[in-house]
Amino acid sequence: MKTDYDVIVVGAGPAGSMTAKHAAKKGAKVLMIEKRQEIGASLRCAEGVNKKGLAKAGVPVDKRWVSADIAGAKLVSPGGHVFRIDESQAGAEVGLVLERHLFDKAMAADAARAGAEIWLKTAAVDVIKEGDKVVGVKAKREGEPMKLTAGCVVAADGFESQVARWAGIDTSLKAGDITTCYQYRMTNLKTEPDYCEFIIGSVAPGGYIWVFPKGDDTANVGIGVLASKLKRPGDVKMYLDSWIKKDPRLSCGQPLEALAGGVSVSPPVERSIMNGLILVGDSARIIDPITGGGIANGLLAGKFAGEVLGDCVQANDFSERSLMPYDKLWRDAMENRLWRNWMAKEKFLTLSDETLDGVIDTLSTANVDKMSVHNILIAIKERHPELVKEFEELI
Amino acid sequence: MIVSIEKCMHCGACVGSCPQNAIFLNEIVLEFNENCNKCGRCVRICPAGAIEMEGKK
Repeated sequence: MKTDYDVIVVGAGPAGSMTAKHAAKKGAKVLMIEKRQEIGASLRCAEGVNKKGLAKAGVPVDKRWVSADIAGAKLVSPGGHVFRIDESQAGAEVGLVLERHLFDKAMAADAARAGAEIWLKTAAVDVIKEGDKVVGVKAKREGEPMKLTAGCVVAADGFESQVARWAGIDTSLKAGDITTCYQYRMTNLKTEPDYCEFIIGSVAPGGYIWVFPKGDDTANVGIGVLASKLKRPGDVKMYLDSWIKKDPRLSCGQPLEALAGGVSVSPPVERSIMNGLILVGDSARIIDPITGGGIANGLLAGKFAGEVLGDCVQANDFSERSLMPYDKLWRDAMENRLWRNWMAKEKFLTLSDETLDGVIDTLSTANVDKMSVHNILIAIKERHPELVKEFEELI
Repeated sequence: MIVSIEKCMHCGACVGSCPQNAIFLNEIVLEFNENCNKCGRCVRICPAGAIEMEGKK
């Protein structure tokens, strides 16, 4: 069995598969390992993504992995005020709700077609280092321990972010930068089939409740609550269940699936590279701290990482210096936005239900025709400048 | 730490939140290693309420 590669990608999510694909395309010998028995399952995601994010990463939309095409978004305040954003201009930021179990497989299939090898049921359990350089991973393949060596290891292990930490890059989070989530796939609902809905305020402390349509009367109905706001174990599910019970459009529904997960809502990592190691996707803490969305950022970072790794293979140099273009590429593309949205999150979680009612109420008269955090922040800046004073230069 | 295998949803929220990087999830089994200092963050984080501190009921 071959155990030496140019690049070993740990984790076959979208960021890992994009890295594997682009590195393999440039001629790298790539192995991607996934600890689960199926790529894309089980789900830990609300499945929303914007088309612009896919386009930026060079991923053409394929109907086979699209569950619902979204016409607009509704932001609902604690007192029931609704701020509706219709995609009147049908711009590039129209949202999609994915079938992640199909999407992730499609991304991995692209990596395979580019020449990457994929092993399932193979977990990384540690990194192998020589001095300050990562030279491989210790893994267990169907329980059998083995050493896999590589010029560069790619930490694409998602929220768990263990590979980076084993190697010595600190990706640990404060409780105030972690959102803990619970979601049902529900059916027999009476919600709008083409609107994504976000319900904010004390019903979901520090986070929100979402309804993301999955076609007809089915939707992902979920909640994220900031970990620092949780008091008792299992609180997050309790918050979601009590909302569902109160909302007659949801209480008539029944669950088809339940899932849980953690999401980082932090500033991005200080270090995304070291000698022989590169961090991509959720493991690099590049999830949007306002929306909790990470797919588009993960795809783009994966693309950058794969392309840079391809160059590194040709130069046969995986030093931190040689990986530096990756760090610059992703920071140029998203770092300011991540910081801005982190600051916005820190501010918004201090607002009372009454203030949020007022904000949503005035926003509902604003002319925001494209759903993006940026456009909403611009509207808030016009009408409630005091709320964005601390980070207005980033808007 | 005590993990209820009936409640655990294998989501990894505890793994990524653990300040000590002391938890490992191998598909469905959660393992705590010797670096666990019983800080209890995972107990609070777990969306399924599946983790308990030893000796507490």
